[in-house]
Amino acid sequence: MDILDTARRTASPAAGNAMTSEMLDTHRIRLTARDVTVHYGTKQALHGISIDIPSHAVTSFIGPSGCGKSTFLRCINRMNDTIEGAKVGGTIKLDGEDIYDPSLDVVELRARIGMVFQKPNPFPKSIFDNVAYGPRIHGLAQSKADLDEIVHLSLRRAGLWEEVKDRLSEPGTGLSGGQQQRLCIARAIAVSPEVILMDEPCSALDPIATAIIEELIDELRENFTIVIVTHSMQQAARVSQKTAFFHLGKLIEEGNTSDIFTNPVHKQTQDYITGRIG
Amino acid sequence: MTDAVSPSGTAPSARTLAIRASLRRRHLVEGLFRALGLAAIILALGFVTLLFADVLRKGVPAFMQSNLHLTVTFDPEVIDVGPAPARNTFTSEAEYSAASLKWQRDVALLNWNKIVETALREAAPAGTEIDTRQLLTVAETNARHQIREAFVADPSLLGRSVEIDVLASANADNWIKGNIDRALGDAQQQLSPAARALIDGFVADGTITTGFAWAVLTNTDSRAAPAAAGLLGAFFGSLWMMLIVIVLAVPIGVASAIYLEEFAPKSRLTDFIEVNINNLAAVPSIVFGLLGAAVFINYLHLPISAPIVGGLVLTLMTLPTIIIATRGALLGVSPALRQAALGMGASKTQMVFHHVLPVTFPSILTATILGVAHALGETAPLLLIGMKAFVASVPVSPLDQATALPVQIYLWQGNENRNFFEPRTAAAIMVLLAFMIVLNGIAIYLRSRLEKRA
Amino acid sequence: MAALNEHIVTSYEDELINLNKTISEMGGMVEQAITEAANALLKLDHVRAQNVRQYDKQIDEMKARINEAVISIIARRQPMASDLRFVVTAMQVATDLERTGDMAKQLAKRTLQIESLALAPKFYNGVKHMTDLVARQLKAALDAYSTRDAKKAVDVCAHDDEVDAMHTSLFRELLTYMMEDPRNISQCIHLLFCTKSLERVGDHATNIAEAAYYLDTGRQLGVEESQRQQH
Repeated sequence: MDILDTARRTASPAAGNAMTSEMLDTHRIRLTARDVTVHYGTKQALHGISIDIPSHAVTSFIGPSGCGKSTFLRCINRMNDTIEGAKVGGTIKLDGEDIYDPSLDVVELRARIGMVFQKPNPFPKSIFDNVAYGPRIHGLAQSKADLDEIVHLSLRRAGLWEEVKDRLSEPGTGLSGGQQQRLCIARAIAVSPEVILMDEPCSALDPIATAIIEELIDELRENFTIVIVTHSMQQAARVSQKTAFFHLGKLIEEGNTSDIFTNPVHKQTQDYITGRIG
Repeated sequence: MTDAVSPSGTAPSARTLAIRASLRRRHLVEGLFRALGLAAIILALGFVTLLFADVLRKGVPAFMQSNLHLTVTFDPEVIDVGPAPARNTFTSEAEYSAASLKWQRDVALLNWNKIVETALREAAPAGTEIDTRQLLTVAETNARHQIREAFVADPSLLGRSVEIDVLASANADNWIKGNIDRALGDAQQQLSPAARALIDGFVADGTITTGFAWAVLTNTDSRAAPAAAGLLGAFFGSLWMMLIVIVLAVPIGVASAIYLEEFAPKSRLTDFIEVNINNLAAVPSIVFGLLGAAVFINYLHLPISAPIVGGLVLTLMTLPTIIIATRGALLGVSPALRQAALGMGASKTQMVFHHVLPVTFPSILTATILGVAHALGETAPLLLIGMKAFVASVPVSPLDQATALPVQIYLWQGNENRNFFEPRTAAAIMVLLAFMIVLNGIAIYLRSRLEKRA
Repeated sequence: MAALNEHIVTSYEDELINLNKTISEMGGMVEQAITEAANALLKLDHVRAQNVRQYDKQIDEMKARINEAVISIIARRQPMASDLRFVVTAMQVATDLERTGDMAKQLAKRTLQIESLALAPKFYNGVKHMTDLVARQLKAALDAYSTRDAKKAVDVCAHDDEVDAMHTSLFRELLTYMMEDPRNISQCIHLLFCTKSLERVGDHATNIAEAAYYLDTGRQLGVEESQRQQH
């Protein structure tokens, strides 16, 4: 029901947002999910999620705690595989390729779909080694100079280079929370993934650090497809072009961010984003 | 609820009073608990202090030993043997070594006690009346071997007099140190009155002095010459076993812990294995001894009383400890680190070896050292595989017969010469403790180094 | 749209309710001011006309209050979706109401400048009809806004053409009177300005109705219509 409505809605974008939707339409669809379900043991966590995620745009997932938005995010790079008893159904395609195809190596998939976590989790190694780790294990650097260049570029793209260039050999865990998170982003982009998943990347950061990360996300949009799960609706409104609202394991509504936040179709979405008791 | 907004400065309200009353109660309980905790710590510390004080009080004197300074004359009449064969008179190595052996055998058959006796009589003040048997009880029985070895090493000593230090006998040492009550009657004394008088005279004129008891550290065990009994054999026996334990238990234990924790699917079988490992850690060590005797000695026919068997038994005993500790350390690694690694596209093996193991390494190391230290102190299983036998040689390989430090302690503790061996047992305990402290020190050092690096 | 639940944060809910109440009050006051001004004009009642000028002050004050409340809500509550639409349109509606209040003042001013004892009966009817129609439009627009009723809002916009038509016909009529007798010119010119003001009030009513439509549907009425015309 909800999905039908949603589909209708995306099919006929509101006239007032004709410009933004046109902008999105020029973007290729990078990820398609159809009827994705997740069971943890006997408990069903996700009920038939179908969504298209455009490339070179930020798509945000919002919803109350336990609504399944993080679970769905983790389906996209098969992080749910690591959870005992988790069973994923439906199909998710990255550029038309089924990521749950048994012939697809999950390690390769994760090199193509990077992830940034809620709590900054740099490796207890030097800043350089943190960023160099991905290129090293995936064999992306031909020489030491290559690796240096990748690390430099990744840190620069993550807006961290100026702050850490003189202490690359110091441990990454010694940085501030916001810097650590940017280091994690640098680490993720060092392998040039196609998609970057972010699971509440700012929830442990102060507002200034959050603003810096949001600015960074906006810059990264040019080169990557970004999916972000956030508890902060304001953040979703600020950084994303597309927003999907999850509730009780269902995708209630998805659409252009400006539509969702000014004129949501579903009452549940309306109640959630305006802060009403649902 | 008006209390909640009562203005400050006025008399305390009923609510405040109630809180104060409960506070008093809470502080009382807290104080009581702290006092109990402190008392427990003090008690524990007291016992430890008592143990150390007792061991030190008994053991430290055992590191000092009475030495006899004798002027030994290599009397050609007694040492009635041809010159030592020289290499250049023989055409082949075999002939030379055969001749050497024959010469050494001849030397061994000489009456070296006569030489010792002469030296003692010379040292004794003029006019001392003492029969030979009693005279020889002053020096340790290995004095003749010492003098013989000096001669074998340098046959040119023949006919000359040289100063040689030999050990005073265990009984003489007891008498000098006062380990035996001097007021006891002659019947209860180990030494005859004449020998005792001679010893007192030697102490007075400086023929007997007290020096560091190198014998404890550099000699192997000895029954015939208790004063020369040492720990070297037991120490090497223990060292071999520890090497075997470290080489076998650490890789096997850590590997099985990693497999069980990180790779094995959670199933009934792994649950069963886990329960069994936990139970194995609680099995009495003597059972491992029985197992070792049955499997390694009876079935595999490994040499009895050898460090290899001891090491294998102790490995079996240490494995559960290391597995459990390693699993605990692996469990303690934050899921964030694992996710970070997996999210970067690391395979499970890479995740474990690049990220999880380095973080857990200090705790695994600590657990290992503690397990090894525990094995080092283990006695019961060794008794069952024959390591309590008297062995008077240093094992040069793990297949040689050997004993171990704790077993040596056990053996000395049971020695009939109580007066002499009680302090020496304490000294052995001190050596064992020092061994353990060194092991633990290494663990602490490595751990702090590694943690700093991480 | 289904009835909204209450906000989890009650002080936020209260602020929105208060804002709504102030808008209603302001609307009521503006309506009253327009009716009063129209009556003063029709009867050339100088006392009433003076009263109308008093309303204007209060209306300005209310507008300031609404603006402050809106800014404070945006700053502190970051309203979303229907709340955002309500808060933003509240500001628009307040502006339109304030302009309407100004129009009432204009009418009162004109009334004071017409130096006559009464309006000629032939002028009276046309102006009366127009004031009635405009007052009805304003009331309907405010109704549509307070009940968030898009249908009513569309009705109001549709009726705006009537106001324009009436304004045009009144203009012609007054022009005829002026040509008939130059002595009418002074009164007719004043009335002409008054009808212009009334026509403006009609426009503001349409604006309010458009705001009501946006508040209810989240879509801009004008754009929708222009699109419909294109098809």
